[in-house]
Amino acid sequence: MSVFHVPCPKVLRAALIFTALALSTQVFAATIKIGAIFAVTGPAAYLGAPEEKTAKLFVENLNKAGGVNGSKIELIIKDSGGSAEKALSFAKQLVDENEVVAIIGPTTSGESMAIREYCNTAKVPLVSCAAAETIVVPVLPFVFKTPQKDSYVAKWAFQTMKDSGITKLAVVASNTGFGSGGKAQLEKYAPEFGITVVLSEQYDPAATDLSSLLTKVKASGAQALINWSIEPAQSIIAKNMKQIDLNIPLYQSHGFGNIKYVEAAGPAAEGIIFPCGRLLVADLLPASDPQKKLLQKYNADYKAAYGEDASTFGGHAYDAILILTTAIAQAKSTDPEKIASAIGKIKNLPGTAGVFNMSDTDHNGLGMDSISMLTVKNGKFALYVKK
Amino acid sequence: MNIDILAQYLFSGLIYGSIYAVIALGFNIVYNATGIINFAQGEFVMLGGLLTHSFSAVLPLPLAILTAVAITAAVGGLLELVFIRNIGKLIRGKGSVSGGSGGGVMQLTIMTIGLSIGLREIALKIWGEQVQTVAFFSGTESSSLSIGGAHFSPQLLWIMGAAALIFLLLTGFFKYTLSGQAMRACSASRTGSRICGIKAEAMVTFSFILAAAIGAAAGAVTAPLTQTHYAIGTGLAIKGFTVAVFGGLGNSGAAVASGFILGIIESFSIIIFPEAFKDVVSIVLLLAVLFARPSGLFGSREAGRLKEF
Repeated sequence: MSVFHVPCPKVLRAALIFTALALSTQVFAATIKIGAIFAVTGPAAYLGAPEEKTAKLFVENLNKAGGVNGSKIELIIKDSGGSAEKALSFAKQLVDENEVVAIIGPTTSGESMAIREYCNTAKVPLVSCAAAETIVVPVLPFVFKTPQKDSYVAKWAFQTMKDSGITKLAVVASNTGFGSGGKAQLEKYAPEFGITVVLSEQYDPAATDLSSLLTKVKASGAQALINWSIEPAQSIIAKNMKQIDLNIPLYQSHGFGNIKYVEAAGPAAEGIIFPCGRLLVADLLPASDPQKKLLQKYNADYKAAYGEDASTFGGHAYDAILILTTAIAQAKSTDPEKIASAIGKIKNLPGTAGVFNMSDTDHNGLGMDSISMLTVKNGKFALYVKK
Repeated sequence: MNIDILAQYLFSGLIYGSIYAVIALGFNIVYNATGIINFAQGEFVMLGGLLTHSFSAVLPLPLAILTAVAITAAVGGLLELVFIRNIGKLIRGKGSVSGGSGGGVMQLTIMTIGLSIGLREIALKIWGEQVQTVAFFSGTESSSLSIGGAHFSPQLLWIMGAAALIFLLLTGFFKYTLSGQAMRACSASRTGSRICGIKAEAMVTFSFILAAAIGAAAGAVTAPLTQTHYAIGTGLAIKGFTVAVFGGLGNSGAAVASGFILGIIESFSIIIFPEAFKDVVSIVLLLAVLFARPSGLFGSREAGRLKEF
């Protein structure tokens, strides 16, 4: 009995089912499968969650606009929880079971290092969203990454300090992988810029007050303080400095690129200087900037879709999928080897982190100019201008 | 090392101490009434901070704090009624001689760990993982007062005032009111107090309400300095617990005194040791005190022996 009381002969019904099946298999066959491994939950969730949201949004918009080479993209996302072991088993699953043409992510450097060799051996292009330079040094034919190199960030901070005549610096960092890595970079490059590190300390990432550590900084006679962390301690330090009357310039890492931390520190955040990508100051860029339009659109789309501000971390996933789909379009093929070679040939492609220029020796493709020095002015991010 | 810097270390220590003291106070109440260490105490502090943050958007700050304290107190009471009381009965079985919550102290303590995880997850769903703030009660984030070359946030005075007020109210309550005395009686001997006509179960519920209210007040008053987010409770609770044990569990005066002692020692330890060793210093001190005086620095040995811990 038909529910709609419309006479429906068996033949017609069979024909309909057949057509539907034929259509669905056709659509199915035409999709391009891309794997994604992000730390959506766990300790790196503040990076992985915006990455997942960004990648989903990018693919949705791309498919609406017709996909790549006439095919839709199918994004298969795996949540690694920030674990390197899980990232590796998901990479194997994506390659063996899902038969993806390429993988974007993982979120953290540890995970990326864990699957780097595997992806290269399996000949599946990997576009990592993590910062460590060792992901693309030495160069592997199938491995790429989108965030700026971490050494650029340290060098930019030092150059700005040198220009302001600072020679004695205090370094504080959270006791995490990010903090320890940053502290090591800072100690390594300081002599190149004629800067002496007079105090170098790490603190508990869950610290709720750091005034006695800052008293030690005060006693050390440092001319500036740099803090390397991603935790709320970034705002606590800014507040504690004002509260104990420690009046030296405060530098932070690119981890400060989250307006929530500025809000949490209130007026104490004014004048903080930190190196970061241009996403946060998209509206302030000159109209001639090649990234401006793309950054403004990403910011607006992300805010409209998720009701929160876009972050540079989500931007790394944007760049990863942008590079990958651009390469697929240019290669006019989904053959992994052709895709990898097309990624290696990408030139002058504006992304959120900078303008990408890949080569056989550089699988990151970003220059020093992908970082800008930013500051906080009237509770907002602004481009830093030397006084 | 000049005198100004030493004074600055002292005031930094006072800030740590005031935060520790006001959180440690909450541990004592539930312990006094039940012998349970309530590991969800840190989550009461977290709820106090986050609720104050949310309500201060629509209400004036004093009202927002009161609302936050009232809601957290209700949550504390509800948790006791639903979990500690009923599940406690299941654990002990019907034939238990002691009755009430006095039987499986260890099981119930572990249950509070579960409750703390549950509360944290709920807070994550409501407020997200982002850090939230509460406005400074007086001045702003960058306000600073100075005494003899040392500078500190005016919030320090608010926290010390809150700790003093809570301490006085609690001491008065336990010493001079009938309910307070009944609660202490429950703690000493549940069976004995029941024979005297005290409703032991109601006392236990009341102790959770009181502890949650004090935790929430501590959360509201410290949040401007510490900021707050769903996971802040665990770290604060470990510190508050350390301080409570250091001074002697169940003793409000000891909690306040040992909070300041540990805070100041931690602050001065940074002159010699790296910042990363700060917690090591306080844990080593705690161990030393527990070896020499298992009942804590100010705890009475006799009272210590009466407890099940």
